[in-house]
Amino acid sequence: MGLTLSLLLVGALALVAYALSGNMPAVFGIWVPYAASTLFLVGMVYRVIDWARSPVPFRITTTCGQAKSLPWIRSEPLESPSGLISVLGRMFLEVLFFRSLFRNSKADVHGGPKLVYGSSKWLWIFAMLFHWSFLVTFIRHLRFFTEPVPFLVTLAHSLDGIFEIGVPALYITNALILLALSCLLVRRIIVPHLRYISLLTDYLPLIMLFGIVLSGVIMRYFVKTDVVAAKKLIMSLLVFSPAIPDGLGAAFYIHLFLVCVFFALFPVTKLSHMAGVFLSPTRNLANTNRVKRHINPWNAPVKVHTYEEWEDEFSDRLKAAGYQLERD
Amino acid sequence: MALKLRHDEVMNFDLRPSGKGWMDTKPEFSKGTYCFSGVRKHVEYLEQPNPREWQPYDDDWKLPERWEETIIKGFEDRLSRFRSFKLFMDICVRCGACSDKCHYFIGSGDPKNMPVLRAELMRSVYRKRFTAAGKILGRLVGARDIDEAVLKEWFYYFYQCTECRRCSVFCPYGIDTAEITMIGRELLNMVGLNINWIIEPASNCFRTGNHLGIQPHTFKDNIEFAVDEIESITGIRVNPTINRRGAEVLFIIPSADIFADPHIFTFYGYLTLFHEIGLDYTFSAYASEGGNFGLFFSHEMVKRLNAKIYAEAKRLGVKYIIGGECGHMWRVMHQYMDTMNGPAETKGDPVSSITGTRFDHARATKMVHICEFTSDLIHHKKLNLDPSRNDAYRVTFHDSCNPARAMGMLEEPRIVIKSSCNNFFEMPENTIREQTFCCGSGSGLGTDENLEMRMRGGLPRANAVKHVHDRHGVNMLSCICAIDKATLPALMDYWVGGVEVCGVHELLGNALMMKGEKERTVNLRGEELAAKEKSNA
Ligand code: SF4
Ligand code: SF4
Repeated sequence: MGLTLSLLLVGALALVAYALSGNMPAVFGIWVPYAASTLFLVGMVYRVIDWARSPVPFRITTTCGQAKSLPWIRSEPLESPSGLISVLGRMFLEVLFFRSLFRNSKADVHGGPKLVYGSSKWLWIFAMLFHWSFLVTFIRHLRFFTEPVPFLVTLAHSLDGIFEIGVPALYITNALILLALSCLLVRRIIVPHLRYISLLTDYLPLIMLFGIVLSGVIMRYFVKTDVVAAKKLIMSLLVFSPAIPDGLGAAFYIHLFLVCVFFALFPVTKLSHMAGVFLSPTRNLANTNRVKRHINPWNAPVKVHTYEEWEDEFSDRLKAAGYQLERD
Repeated sequence: MALKLRHDEVMNFDLRPSGKGWMDTKPEFSKGTYCFSGVRKHVEYLEQPNPREWQPYDDDWKLPERWEETIIKGFEDRLSRFRSFKLFMDICVRCGACSDKCHYFIGSGDPKNMPVLRAELMRSVYRKRFTAAGKILGRLVGARDIDEAVLKEWFYYFYQCTECRRCSVFCPYGIDTAEITMIGRELLNMVGLNINWIIEPASNCFRTGNHLGIQPHTFKDNIEFAVDEIESITGIRVNPTINRRGAEVLFIIPSADIFADPHIFTFYGYLTLFHEIGLDYTFSAYASEGGNFGLFFSHEMVKRLNAKIYAEAKRLGVKYIIGGECGHMWRVMHQYMDTMNGPAETKGDPVSSITGTRFDHARATKMVHICEFTSDLIHHKKLNLDPSRNDAYRVTFHDSCNPARAMGMLEEPRIVIKSSCNNFFEMPENTIREQTFCCGSGSGLGTDENLEMRMRGGLPRANAVKHVHDRHGVNMLSCICAIDKATLPALMDYWVGGVEVCGVHELLGNALMMKGEKERTVNLRGEELAAKEKSNA
């Protein structure tokens, strides 16, 4: 159901942009992008502040390797960090290379019973493919947002098209991201337990991204959108004197509209994991619990059973058993 | 106590969920899959909400008036107090990486035992009550309101999670379902839903100082009993003291160590070791429990029970604290104690008077794990060990969840084991170290009435032991946790057969050649050593 609905929703969004952008380019070219950027920026900042407002009362690092303890025991700082540097290392691996996902395995129960754990790197591969392609695509798009275009952006752009297949040159990431999205989607549909846990909000971003990539591809290779005009529009938005140039077709507006909706959804959906991953206490805290005292801001006094109360309660037995008492 | 079901009757499931959506299925409280409710007098003693007579199999759980409000307020309160909780409610992408990492899912096939769905049980309510999308779109975005059926589902599945944190190792965001379970149980407790296997030990511990409710005179008797036993085995009379001011070290153990079998053999191991090196240490009858069943139902109770440790260290004026073999006790000591009840007011720093080693990694809490302490002695060659005394054993090691995934203590126990015995075999790599599987009975679920679930949850652990049992003839499963020692024997009997359970310091105590000891003819269990040299030739 979530899948069908996602398809319908994305289809409807594309249709709206297709049908209406000709008549009201200002809405689709100016107001929607402004609104979406505001929702994205304000929303994400609010999200992060809101998370950060809740304190981290305890240091609950998940240790995935030997801690630093005695000097002659080899520790694994990237799995059980002992300070800031190793935390940064751990987070670096986690955020850029999905370290934890790389560990993934698959459990099977055979007759006997006998349990077998297979290596299962598929999810990691798909996730890496997707996120890295997305990142490169994103960087590549910055050439529409900058003047002069920074070297790194040009580099990403030319590297991505390095194979020079077709005119204009095919982007490697176009192919890779479509592949990754298909794999992630197929996985969600055919793996029984994934299908069982999937919600509308799991299918929707995938389908939206499909729509975004496809409309982008169509624009570039088939209906040939005027990139100069596109850049003009974006630059005019950036300097807050928006003006709609001529020559932007429906494909462009569909692409832009889907991108806008996608980013507007970030703060209110699971897409917020992009920021959340940095805040996860099981990963971003050093395992220095016994080295440094961690302070809990709401650490309230509690009712305890003091030694004196205990001694009073058991004083006969304590005496009979020959214990030394405080109150003799 | 043994489970009557045959193996094929237990393995009557498939790991691929199908059929109705999870919101439309509800758990059945069938015998063997849940724990009995908290007994009224203990609930009252700890001044916990809504004391009454009830059982999970009753239709009417006698919830207090306006319980929904209590739950939602408690929920809100915890969202504002725990960043972990708030974040984990928001960022799960349902990638499924955690799904088959939980021993309860692997052993039961119940999809709601996938960590992701266990968390969704709460997340769905979170969405309904605390997010705009959930309020407006409801089920479409996986939101649903709390009602009695949902509450019962929470109870069922939050008491089918042993808070082992294995799922957290695999989650790309480190989402720790144990954290969600802990808070889930806290909310349940607010409306009087708790289980006796947790409440009773906690109440005993609060009153007497230990889970078993052992009073000070019995505590002393038990220690004296151990002293006599050790004398008959080694010919040496060790001399432990209790509540002695001015000792260098306060030694904290899980109370099962002086009471239960096979824990007591580990206890002999500690005593022989401390005697041999001449450690100046004392027990405390007031703080006679390192374990902390508060951990299994509320942060507040963790603190209430744990307060005794530092209070006693201060009263007795010790320099530092050593802690015995116990898993969840060490979760508390490592991750909570100093924050909750610190700073420690001891008279010194954790420094081994035998080797001079300064335990810098414990300089704030002033508490050292016995495996750290002993591996330091071994490293400095302070112990005379004859590992052949353990030759009757072919040993493997079960990493207890908490030392592995909450402390990162993986090597120290292995150092002790490898120096104490000749035949050591690791289980397969997906089942040890940070990927270790829970015994299936942790976090207060080790009761007899819950036996079926325990055997299911323990299957992955047992299966890995079976692997080394079949391949290498392993007959001894060592571990460093009191709950393991209490529950693994039944698990081994059910799934494997022919495997006993011991503590690491039992192996050490066997191997330890003490100055002036008589020739040992039996091990710490009182079993003949006679053919030991040849048995594995
Ligand atoms: S691994 Fe983490 S993100 Fe993935 S489903 Fe499990 S809890 Fe959610
Ligand atoms: S903490 Fe352990 S028992 Fe609980 S859901 Fe995760 S893997 Fe399962």
